[in-house]
Amino acid sequence: MKPAVEMRNIVKQFPGVLANDHISLTVEKGEIHGLLGENGAGKTTLMSILSGMSVPDEGEILLNGTPIQFGNCEDAIKQGIGMVHQHFMLVPVFTVAENIVLGNEPHKGLQLDIDQARTMVNRLSSHYGLKVDPDSVIRDISVGSQQRVEILKVLSRDAKIIILDEPTAVLTPQEVEEFYIVMRALREAGNTIIFITHKLQEIQEITDRTTVLRDGKVVGTVNTKDADNERLARMMVGRDVVLHVKKEEHQAGKVELRVENLFAKDARGLPAVKDISFEVRAGEVVGIAGVAGNGQNELVEVITGLRKQESGKIYLGDRDISKMTTRERIYAGLAHVPQDRQRRGLVMDFTLVDNFLLGYEDSPPFIEGPMINYREAERFSERSIEMFDVRTPGAHVTARTLSGGNQQKMIVAREFQRNPTVLIAAQPTRGLDIAATEFVHEELIELRAQDKAVLLISMELTEILDLSDRILVIYEGEIVGSMKANEATPEKLGLLMAGG
Amino acid sequence: MANWSQLISLALFSATIRSLTPVLYPALAGIFSERSGVLNIGLEGMMLISAFAAVVGSYYSGNAWIGVLWAIAAGLLTSLIHAFMCITLKADQAIVGTGINILGIGLPSYLLLKLFGSQGISPIVNRLSKWRIPVVVDLPVIGPILGEHSPLAYIALIMVPVSWFVLFKTPFGLRLRSVGENPSAADSVGVNVYLMRYIAVMISGVLASLGGAFLSISYLAQYTRMMTAGRGFIGLAAMIFGRWNPWGALIACLIFGFADALQATAQAANVPIPPQFLLALPYILSIVTLIGAMGRANPPAYVAKPYEKA
Ligand SMILES: Nc1ncnc2c1ncn2[C@@H]1O[C@H](COP(=O)(O)OP(=O)(O)O)[C@@H](O)[C@H]1O
Ligand SMILES: [Mg+2]
Repeated sequence: MKPAVEMRNIVKQFPGVLANDHISLTVEKGEIHGLLGENGAGKTTLMSILSGMSVPDEGEILLNGTPIQFGNCEDAIKQGIGMVHQHFMLVPVFTVAENIVLGNEPHKGLQLDIDQARTMVNRLSSHYGLKVDPDSVIRDISVGSQQRVEILKVLSRDAKIIILDEPTAVLTPQEVEEFYIVMRALREAGNTIIFITHKLQEIQEITDRTTVLRDGKVVGTVNTKDADNERLARMMVGRDVVLHVKKEEHQAGKVELRVENLFAKDARGLPAVKDISFEVRAGEVVGIAGVAGNGQNELVEVITGLRKQESGKIYLGDRDISKMTTRERIYAGLAHVPQDRQRRGLVMDFTLVDNFLLGYEDSPPFIEGPMINYREAERFSERSIEMFDVRTPGAHVTARTLSGGNQQKMIVAREFQRNPTVLIAAQPTRGLDIAATEFVHEELIELRAQDKAVLLISMELTEILDLSDRILVIYEGEIVGSMKANEATPEKLGLLMAGG
Repeated sequence: MANWSQLISLALFSATIRSLTPVLYPALAGIFSERSGVLNIGLEGMMLISAFAAVVGSYYSGNAWIGVLWAIAAGLLTSLIHAFMCITLKADQAIVGTGINILGIGLPSYLLLKLFGSQGISPIVNRLSKWRIPVVVDLPVIGPILGEHSPLAYIALIMVPVSWFVLFKTPFGLRLRSVGENPSAADSVGVNVYLMRYIAVMISGVLASLGGAFLSISYLAQYTRMMTAGRGFIGLAAMIFGRWNPWGALIACLIFGFADALQATAQAANVPIPPQFLLALPYILSIVTLIGAMGRANPPAYVAKPYEKA
């Protein structure tokens, strides 16, 4: 049998980046084929070429043994190729039904036949068990639902080869489980699926074979059941990776951060932090585990001075910082790696130099009289880029052009070099690939070794368990559990996180 | 002598229809263009060029309808320039629009001198005769208001439901709006983003040209320098007030048209208000309604952003 897809020697050059460097990929009919690689490896680019969204510089594509010419999506759709993009391709102000039929609209005479569209959506929706409401407007529905719309859009065009670009990144754990069921059902129905991810356990869970990409090249294709996580990680990163950081025993010192009876409200004015008290000692990592939206954001914002507290006290060492501005708290020794790096962490349209300068811009050696000393700022940026291995074409590009992982490395570089006594790290590895995650974890452990106090907030239980010395569990704005890390298990924590 | 009672009459409402026509065209024109993601602040210039072309067409043929065709051709040509610069060359759309506006001042003035040897006004030409709509014209109240107008005024009014239908009820309209709201999404399902935007800008050019033709060979029967007097911009304000919806734009145009008709009637009736203030009234009203609309207006997400295929 001829393979469903054969891509041969695909080359795609972007300004300054060879995104696909002679990539060849064979996908058999009826399999779930994993495409694994770190951020920036070239996965999306390769699949955009297959789906006609972008045009390769070199190479050929064969479908069922027949060479085809692409470069426009209409042709690809006609050939039965459908792609669910990493960044959804939906019109936010259109309804679900309108989005699904766009480009392929049923009509009565001149008029769009919205009833027929609705019927078609409902039929597909119940056939594949993908629940959507045809009349909801896209911007009002959850990302999980939006993703179902994307899949239905592909199915409505009779796609036989379905490309899914990091579909699980936006889903909750339960939604991921449901998603696996859908993928298996699609395979049973005879479809071929290409599944892009950078998460090893997803590859293990669902794929038949896996092709690993690194730096725009194919590292190899393996039968998934013959490959363990360590091997896949090595192929992906190009060296041995520490999937779980090891930390040395370390004696905790004096209390550096103390929070007493803290209360705060959320943006809607409802109580979000309710009577929270805890302390973090020098040389200690305290992890706060919890399901998203249980007051973690508000807690971090109050401690860093970005949100007003209703009552309670915050001490840095013996100094009461609860009345201080954010700037004063930074000077007092507090550093913050914010959860939303694009909103709070960086100014996306500033250059790296300007971003590195943030929070340092009024202290020597970065000022000279009334002026910023840009030579010094550049030196600092270049040193940070080097020390923290930020992958960038230079210090003068805007932060927006960097990948998420490299943006995060920038923030970590800037905040760690403040030489703080207390670091607050909110979801420091969200959306990062394995190598970047490993890096951030090692840096956090390094801070601990230097006797800094670290408060880690994370939704990832493995991260909390790997890094923390002590673990607190937050639920509906209250600390409902506290234990030493070596006494904690995922089951115990999971139960507390659910309010049990 | 001031005569206040003369102000409010059926004739005032009839004049409202006449006044709103040259604003409604650019409003609809703006809606088509911006719904597809192309900013079109060059409507004023497109109207001027078309108004002039209409006069030229009518002058040489002696037939005002030929003048309308000339106007449409001029509108198409100007909008093609706009489309080529904005869509193909991906130039800054506000700057291209401004360029078209400057062209709209300069080109007719130059040609006026060349063709007619005149600095500011063209010769009088044949204009479109009004249509009397049978039956309607004899109705009480409605008759005097709607019964007898320029064909271009009727076409403008009919274009409101037509535009609404095209934009919101047809596959074509869905595609046109999709390239203004998320061009990558449209592209990914095989909609030709560039083609849709060209078509939208050209529809915009045709509508603007009818507004220009209305001024020069229907309302008047000659071209006068800068005769649009900002109506292209007022049309854009009406588009924003109407949230890029033809019906909403019509409401805004009714407000403007009424104010414009009122000031003209008031001047004729010698009311004791300075004429400068009366003349400014419709514009002041536009600013006020625009300020009121600002907060809730949300333009198409990709307006003024050129589409770049990866
Ligand atoms: N449109 C583009 N313009 C310039 N560079 C791009 C573009 N798209 C992707 N790249 C670059 O190509 C490389 C591969 O990107 P991508 O295919 O998105 O990787 P992945 O999906 O594996 O994370 C990256 O270095 C990225 O910055
Ligand atoms: Mg990608």
